[in-house]
Amino acid sequence: MNLSTASGAREASAYNFAYLDEQTKRMIRRGLLKAISIPGYQVPFGGREMPLPYGWGTGGMQLTAAILGADDVLKVIDQGADDTTNAVSIRRFFARTAGVATTERTVEASVIQTRHRIPETPLSAGQIMVYQVPIPEPLRFIEPSEQETRTMHALEDYGVMHVKLYEDIATFGHIATAYAYPVTVDERYVMDPSPIPKFDNPKLDMSPALMLFGAGREKRLYAVPPFTKVISLDFEDHPFAVQQWEECCAFCGSSESFLDELIVDDAGSKRYVCSDTDYCRQRTERLEENLQ
Amino acid sequence: MYVAVKGGERAIDNAHQLLASRRRGDSAVAELGVEQVRQQLPLAVARVMSEGSLYDEELAALAIKQAAGDLMEAIFLLRAYRTTLPRFGASEPLDSTKMQLERRISATFKDLPGGQLLGPTFDYTHRLLDFALLAEGDYPAPESAVIDEPKACPRVLDFLAEEGLMAREMDDGVPVPDITREPLAFPAKRAERLQALARGDEGFLLALGYSTQRGYGRNHPFAGEIRIGDVEVWMTPAELGFAVPLGDIEITECEMVNQFVGESPEQAQFTRGYGLAFGYAERKAMGMALVDRALRAGEYGEEVQGPAQEEEFVLMHCDNVEAAGFVSHLKLPHYVDFQAELELIRKLRRQAPAEENR
Repeated sequence: MNLSTASGAREASAYNFAYLDEQTKRMIRRGLLKAISIPGYQVPFGGREMPLPYGWGTGGMQLTAAILGADDVLKVIDQGADDTTNAVSIRRFFARTAGVATTERTVEASVIQTRHRIPETPLSAGQIMVYQVPIPEPLRFIEPSEQETRTMHALEDYGVMHVKLYEDIATFGHIATAYAYPVTVDERYVMDPSPIPKFDNPKLDMSPALMLFGAGREKRLYAVPPFTKVISLDFEDHPFAVQQWEECCAFCGSSESFLDELIVDDAGSKRYVCSDTDYCRQRTERLEENLQ
Repeated sequence: MYVAVKGGERAIDNAHQLLASRRRGDSAVAELGVEQVRQQLPLAVARVMSEGSLYDEELAALAIKQAAGDLMEAIFLLRAYRTTLPRFGASEPLDSTKMQLERRISATFKDLPGGQLLGPTFDYTHRLLDFALLAEGDYPAPESAVIDEPKACPRVLDFLAEEGLMAREMDDGVPVPDITREPLAFPAKRAERLQALARGDEGFLLALGYSTQRGYGRNHPFAGEIRIGDVEVWMTPAELGFAVPLGDIEITECEMVNQFVGESPEQAQFTRGYGLAFGYAERKAMGMALVDRALRAGEYGEEVQGPAQEEEFVLMHCDNVEAAGFVSHLKLPHYVDFQAELELIRKLRRQAPAEENR
């Protein structure tokens, strides 16, 4: 809150670079190495309490804290946007505790912490995505017991997942999962890609960027290394397909990005805009340049 | 348009200032001192220390003040501070038989060595608002005998154990895992369970304990003993090789005597549930003892009939910092997921025009 300068200085020296102590960061990095070695496997880790509430990105923050170096450039997005309140809060947290440079430009960032989206701008080698994960276990809503689900993963026993998807088709004619759509990583582990819309799932496949996933409350982390096969579960006669809109972005005119729906008047009129604010801004700027 | 998310940075700053002013209240009224909270709200301080897993009355009082009296928020503040502290060792096990007793009751024996000591308790008070408290004044303590050196006071359950009627708890000598450093794995050890319960939410444990009394996993409890008082903490630093006292802490300990088990009638023994909390926290300790016993269903080959007996259910949901965090995250924007759901539900409805008019 309103810290006076004196207490602000005391606070700054009371905490380590990027908040967590070095031993904790080493523990997390060891966990990450294991996660990268076994793509899609959920590694238990000694998750720490963070000064933000569980469910607000503590897992992602711990991973970011563990991998952040002084030269990194950090971007934080929530729902694709840099200016949503929780993204602002997390970005400020690292600006304050680590003093790292921050950016809103996807291409400039070396580490991107995200909640619920993958940027539309293609990622490049050397970039690291850190995902905030609420429930890391893709089988959780089918089998509530952790003992059971760990055994199912060990035995590659994923039949129930396909049964669930099949039941969707039998009931609705479609697989009724629109986000947190399960994927198979490197032909082995079924993984929850975090609650990104299934629109973003194809971006995980063979991505040149490193993908790290952190679940703070559940104390699990997992990873998809660069250039790893990530396949969304489907059936031959019901192939995986992503969302499409008939509309395009009201700002930049994009018909290829994930659109957020806005209700703009009391009559319920709708407009659609890009959920990825950086992508939208780049396109809008380019359009304006071309006009001049 | 898009105002809802623009200006997040300024909005956060303003919200923090509004919160600070809300906490302060009317500035014509004297500000609440941390020491006042510590002295005059000791039961709130005890709860925050227990569930915050940090014995520090001053910091707990500060957290309560900062949280404007929201105890869960205060617990969270204390936890987020505790997590940054270095861990340099573990104390020797507390010896609660050498406690400086403030209160000690047993519901199983009318009289017993060490006696019954009521101490400061809400029990037997009539819950009538005391309007005298609206005015300020002195509240002199009753006359009480000067307490000399603490005398060792044996535990009730040890009498039963000596007679062979109560299973003894054995120290298996294995180092105690620290659930704040290592993630819980299932099935958990009892040491891990007890740690999780000690940090667990008082209300949640109370309700689960209550559910066992109402038949969801009955375990026939008797309050064998509840004792509250100060106990010395000893620690053996590696470089010294012998134990030194670190100071006193106030604790509440509850041992329940529960239904008996045994291969045969001759071997029948009572079982026990154990509860421990920092400070004066009787309700918490009792709830914890009931749930501890319920969670031993597997150990005693009992059928699991209620949620209080399900280890994963209890341990994964008893932490109020985790629970409050995850519930409150629903306030964060979910536009993207919701948009995905909207798109799906519209698609489903478009495809089934015949069913639409039903």
